[in-house]
Amino acid sequence: MKRKEILRKYEAKPDNLLYILHDIQDASPYNYVTEEDMEEIADFLGLPYSKVYGTATFYSMISQKPRGKHVIRLCDSPPCHLMGSESILDILKEELGIDVGQTTPDMLFTLEITSCLGVCGVAPAMMIDEEVFGNLTPKKLRKIIKDYREGNV
Amino acid sequence: MAHRLNVLVCSGASCISNDSLKVKEAMLAEIDRLGLNKEIKVIETGCMGPCQLGPVILVYPDETLYKKVQVEDVREIVEQHFLKGRPVERLMYKSPLTDELVHKSSEVDYFQKQVKIVLANCGNIDPESIEEYIAVGGYEALGKAVTEMTPDTVLNEIKISGLRGRGGGGFPTHMKWMFTKNEKSDEKYVICNADEGDPGAFMDRSVIEGDPHTLIEGMAIAGYVVGASKGYVYVRAEYPLAIERLQKAISQAKDVGFLGEKIFQSDFSFDLEVRVGAGAFVCGEETALIHSIEGKRGTPRPRPPYPSASGVWGKPTVLNNVETYANVRHIILNGGAWMAKIGTETSKGTKVFALSGTIKNTGLAEVPMGTTIRELIYDIGGGAPEGHEIKAVQLGGPSGGCVTPEYFDTPIDYESLTQLGAMMGSGGVIAMDETACMVNTAKFFLDFTCFESCGKCTPCRVGLKQMYGLLDKITKGEGEEGDIEALEKLGNTIKTTALCGLGQTAPNPVLSTIKYFRHEYEEHIHDKKCRALVCKDLISYEIDAEKCKACTLCAQKCPVDAIRGQRGVIHVIEQEKCVSCGSCYDVCPFGAVQRLSGEN
Amino acid sequence: MKNLEELRKLREKAQKEIQLRSKDAKIKVVVGMGTSGIAAGAREVLKAFITEINQKNLTDVMVTQTGEKGMSSMEPIVEIHEEKKPVIIYGDMNPSKVKKVVEEHIVNGKVVEDYLISMEEK
Repeated sequence: MKRKEILRKYEAKPDNLLYILHDIQDASPYNYVTEEDMEEIADFLGLPYSKVYGTATFYSMISQKPRGKHVIRLCDSPPCHLMGSESILDILKEELGIDVGQTTPDMLFTLEITSCLGVCGVAPAMMIDEEVFGNLTPKKLRKIIKDYREGNV
Repeated sequence: MAHRLNVLVCSGASCISNDSLKVKEAMLAEIDRLGLNKEIKVIETGCMGPCQLGPVILVYPDETLYKKVQVEDVREIVEQHFLKGRPVERLMYKSPLTDELVHKSSEVDYFQKQVKIVLANCGNIDPESIEEYIAVGGYEALGKAVTEMTPDTVLNEIKISGLRGRGGGGFPTHMKWMFTKNEKSDEKYVICNADEGDPGAFMDRSVIEGDPHTLIEGMAIAGYVVGASKGYVYVRAEYPLAIERLQKAISQAKDVGFLGEKIFQSDFSFDLEVRVGAGAFVCGEETALIHSIEGKRGTPRPRPPYPSASGVWGKPTVLNNVETYANVRHIILNGGAWMAKIGTETSKGTKVFALSGTIKNTGLAEVPMGTTIRELIYDIGGGAPEGHEIKAVQLGGPSGGCVTPEYFDTPIDYESLTQLGAMMGSGGVIAMDETACMVNTAKFFLDFTCFESCGKCTPCRVGLKQMYGLLDKITKGEGEEGDIEALEKLGNTIKTTALCGLGQTAPNPVLSTIKYFRHEYEEHIHDKKCRALVCKDLISYEIDAEKCKACTLCAQKCPVDAIRGQRGVIHVIEQEKCVSCGSCYDVCPFGAVQRLSGEN
Repeated sequence: MKNLEELRKLREKAQKEIQLRSKDAKIKVVVGMGTSGIAAGAREVLKAFITEINQKNLTDVMVTQTGEKGMSSMEPIVEIHEEKKPVIIYGDMNPSKVKKVVEEHIVNGKVVEDYLISMEEK
């Protein structure tokens, strides 16, 4: 089982908790950690479940509900905002037919807002999974979404 | 045989139109006449850029830039410069700003005012190759420190250099190191804060991605000084490429022996590990960051005890940011006195700034401390895009404040920025022109800090929310008399009572915009006017009958059917129905839709 | 790593290797591959260089990467290094511009002025 394999890679030290949460989430086809995941991590690290749950829910990148195959994080920090991220968000919502925090019915995309991605020089920017896209325009954005839809990435 | 001089004659279209090819022919003839053919190579190049100065000639290795060279000037250049080594000053390029001769081509444009110390390798070496780092002198500082210096002499150089923390507060680095060094403990730690969360700051990412070994070397030297054998780099998860390159660099450094046991056969051992965040801005605060490294919720705790006494696992810990560590190797190699010569009385060395927002040249700029804000945003940043004007810059991210043009001649150092109500912070510079609404911008920053507040202390958790509520009201046109004063009172209370740096600085963008742009707040409240035409609820749309071509495009786009008219009949917006969404404004090909605010 | 002496020897060797490498390859193409560059399309640019160079069977051209120079507004940025020539820096690159740079600059030695940001001494 995947979870067990991941846990086996780590020493049972509490400071590995965040790494383990990241890894288990990445291995999940729906990009999230389940209650069972957290229970087993707690057992493995010898921590109370509440500690694991507390940490998992504190960090915005760890999700407790299923997400799409690709997580789109649109940067909404001031430099991107000044350069028009709001209209990019409108187009994203329109293209995907979902609101922020939601997942498309085909489970392909989840739309999220993120704090600064650190590419303010090429604002507005967004991140899909671990890939960053900058200088976004409506045309460029539609093409990127199309490429992901068709699996051309 | 290698040539002694390379003469580049610009053969861009514009220089050719000014006879640069004839100049080149004359030059070849003259060189031939003096028998210098074997020593001097004349090369035709493409456009060099400064077309208004053409024909342009660039001479290497001196980098002399000649402008407006004519056939009759050639003989003088060849005889005086190429033969006798005396550049012809009357033909050299002069800086339009200082009217002084510019002796080197690299002294122009974007790089002219920059002094690259921290960023010296970024963009010049392959970050994934330790060999290239070694080729440019990498790990010599570490070798020198552990084999030829004692921890005390290293610390003394840092002290002489005057290095202060580049992550925000500007605390003297040598004092931090000394506190940790003086602690008695079986274990100590060195931590790098690479949780670069401030919107508009991206220099730490660039250093880790472009020159990861510089960070490793600086941290190892810190470890040697304080007596630590283990270090952590805490990188935010939003930077996957930085994480990947840093991990690669650490494993290379281990392979060669710059990390691990008995470094350079000394008694000093040091190991480094990467820790990855998970999207929590507050983890940039040092005590929160330490909790996060330990695998806990990243909430801050009151200080003292400071990390230097009780840090990760309760052990003495020295904690600096990426840019601070990146300075260390240069101080060891060149001596503290070298760095102390750069900068101002209280702030030494350089600072990397990240330019973003409505500015022509976005990107990173490393300048000596003491450079003025104006030099940074105009000489390097190029000012606002055509037809716009910068009305403020936000310095120091959500913890900083805005600065207006009348203060642009302030030399940048820690103290002067704090005096202006801004702060050095991590060095984010967000330029805003007249299309930015200052109330809205302040609200935007507060929205961010409200969201990122960890909720542990009341002033930050509840107070910021209250401030946000007031700002939201004002931007919606529901502001009342007394709101500005309430914002000021709340802001000052939060500043003095919040637990950590996040809360203590979060009101700054509001307070500084009130200080410099009070009139914009007042217009929003009293005249229901947003001069930047940003706040939706304060804008109305009207169609200019003169410009309208009755094409129906706007009517088709209107989501609430508020536009009357048909093909051939001038359109009119029914104000009662309009929701100010701006679709008509965006779609009109004739610019007939007008945005108004505070007009009625 | 025993001492500074050994490090300096390693440094000399590394410097030579870098030179040697650029001797084999007459032209070195360096693509800025920081996140800003990648976000602006540097990966496509790098791929395009490799494709174009392979298609034309150019054996003396080497493609490599570096971090960010800091000029975000001009990303993706590409440098062309040739011995005894100033470094040519192109900005705002994309795959079709790459094609032109390979054809005109790398094959025929003519700098493509339209994409030029600056020329730098070595």
